Amino acid sequence: MLDLPVTVYSPESPLKNPGLLLKRMFRDLIASRGLAWRLFVRDRSAQFRQSVFGYIWAFVPPLIASLPFVFLNANGVVSIKETPIPYPAFAIIGTLIWQVFVDALNTPLKTVAAAKPMLTRINFPREALLLSGLATVLFNFLIRLVLLVAVMIWFKITPPSTIVLFPLGILALICLGFTIGVLLTPLGLLYNDIQQMIPMVTMFLMFLTPVVYPKPSGGFAGRIMEWNPVAPLITASRDWLTTGSNGNVSQLACILGVAILLSFVGWVFYRLALPHIISRSGN
Amino acid sequence: MKSNEVLVRVDKVSKKFCRSLKKSLWYGVNDIVADLLPFSKRTSNGTAQSPLRSSEFWAVNNVSFELRRSECIGLIGHNGAGKTTLLKMLNGLITPDSGRIEMRGRIGALIALGAGFNPILSGRENIYVNGAVLGLTKSQIDAKIEEIIDFAEIREFIDAPVQSYSSGMAVRLGFAIAAKTDPDVLLLDEVLAVGDVAFQAKCFNTLAEFRERGTAFILVSHNMHQISRYCDKVLYLKRGQIAHSGDRETGIDTFLRDMHQADANGSAERTDWSRVYGSGKVAFTAARFRDSEGREVNEISVGDSVTLEIDYERRGDLPHPPVLDLIMRDREGILFQGTNISEGHPFGFLNVNGHFQVQFPALPINADYVEFFFCALDKQSSEILDWKRHVRLNIRRTGASHGKLQLQTRWSAL
Repeated sequence: MLDLPVTVYSPESPLKNPGLLLKRMFRDLIASRGLAWRLFVRDRSAQFRQSVFGYIWAFVPPLIASLPFVFLNANGVVSIKETPIPYPAFAIIGTLIWQVFVDALNTPLKTVAAAKPMLTRINFPREALLLSGLATVLFNFLIRLVLLVAVMIWFKITPPSTIVLFPLGILALICLGFTIGVLLTPLGLLYNDIQQMIPMVTMFLMFLTPVVYPKPSGGFAGRIMEWNPVAPLITASRDWLTTGSNGNVSQLACILGVAILLSFVGWVFYRLALPHIISRSGN
Repeated sequence: MKSNEVLVRVDKVSKKFCRSLKKSLWYGVNDIVADLLPFSKRTSNGTAQSPLRSSEFWAVNNVSFELRRSECIGLIGHNGAGKTTLLKMLNGLITPDSGRIEMRGRIGALIALGAGFNPILSGRENIYVNGAVLGLTKSQIDAKIEEIIDFAEIREFIDAPVQSYSSGMAVRLGFAIAAKTDPDVLLLDEVLAVGDVAFQAKCFNTLAEFRERGTAFILVSHNMHQISRYCDKVLYLKRGQIAHSGDRETGIDTFLRDMHQADANGSAERTDWSRVYGSGKVAFTAARFRDSEGREVNEISVGDSVTLEIDYERRGDLPHPPVLDLIMRDREGILFQGTNISEGHPFGFLNVNGHFQVQFPALPINADYVEFFFCALDKQSSEILDWKRHVRLNIRRTGASHGKLQLQTRWSAL
């Protein structure tokens, strides 16, 4: 007798059989590797094919975001207290690192929303969308890394020994951002409000995080900073890259641990929610 | 030889949808939460149907069937009967609200050809993308890519961006890629063949090859000829429920009869004998059909002799002899135009009243009914004297033929 794979569709919640759910999740994750890579290559090939300046455009937005602050501070319009490295370098590096987080946060919803035509018409392992999104975030980070290196060279900042911890900080930022993005995706697919809100909230958050200014030591602002999980990740990453001061590794590891746990929850949520969303999305 | 195992088992499957968008989205949120709390009281029993919430309706209601290797089942029904919804459930895109679907083997679908295509990329690059979406690995595609390009017949354009392809070319490429998969169950939604006649033949042959290999098919189509040719059995859905499941010809007949009924009850127009449409110098007052013995009938069998008799009154002076322009129509369009202004039968100057007679020694029309539209015209000036429409003759169809005509034929092989 032929041993054919059996597929069963029934209305029971997959959570009723957690062992089977886990098995399926990892099976789909492995099955989606090839497709995720192919989707990533497809999107990168198409991204700049129809433009003259091509990949140069990938470098422009990261720089543009930080230049206003450099200008304002240099001309005394805004006065930011002493920074351990020249302020322009401080602001640009901070902005580049912040953008890695925002990029990771935006990517899941963006990728899945763009794939709606595929989702409503053809069955494929949906983890491929998340994986290709993750690959995109890493690719965008590599572009920003080039800029980071350029800035460090320009301002003659010698990389300290803590630079080996820098990838850890980036990993934590990507993990936290991506996880929040995945958790927002199901609701974001149903209601457009989410997609409207995210840019506004991230812009607001940027000012509540020590991106273009150093961490305030006390006062009301300082206390807000205590509750912001992204703040220590940004400051630690920047410090490990530039000044060598040993940020709170244990705090960072804690945040990273929580992010990894949450990412698993997000993955389950994504799997459970998507069939409902697809059935209410028409063709 | 592969065994005759059951590959698809659909058991009392139902799916509900919501008519209001806002409510639908809100119910979506509720359903997701219910899935996250599987042991709360909110979740419904998997086998029983949960009650409908406000604005909801059953798109598929308690449908069951089985499908074995190499079998083909045709899914027919009106638009909105639930066929595509059922197909989406079989394809795993949406989950049923009650019941259970069990499928064995690899499931393929010829529904969204070219899924994943990016129009800016070339055909060659998109072959890898679509192939990956369909589950083919890179090495499988590498091995078969030349066959795919040949099958799609677009070798000169394979490196051009897909946005420059005609829709036919893009669909041929999509089909060529899908043809290289090896499904055990294949779902088809109204796309049995695309392209020109030669390509269509290739498509049908590909599907025949799949069938040889033991693939089971589920075909959704509005084309009864296709259903009759390719399906072993038929599932006729009416408003989400099974109206017929099983024998193919009975299912098709039931469906066609229901469609005919809808025409007759709903939008069918009736002839208005009280009004005159035209100058009225000649007016049609009544019409009837007579069989070969002169008896009045309103229904004949295919191939019978029938005469259309139209009563007229000459109410004014006719400067020139009139002609009768006669058209016969079925549900889809014009079948026959008997006479017109240049080829009219000369009637001469008519009596004050009398009747026209059009005799058909044998009417070979193979439809449920045929409608006559006739018009009296002045031969010289084309002035319309009167015009009557939708005079209906019902026809009793015999035999299983699906053509528009039943003709007498003599066969031999030499």
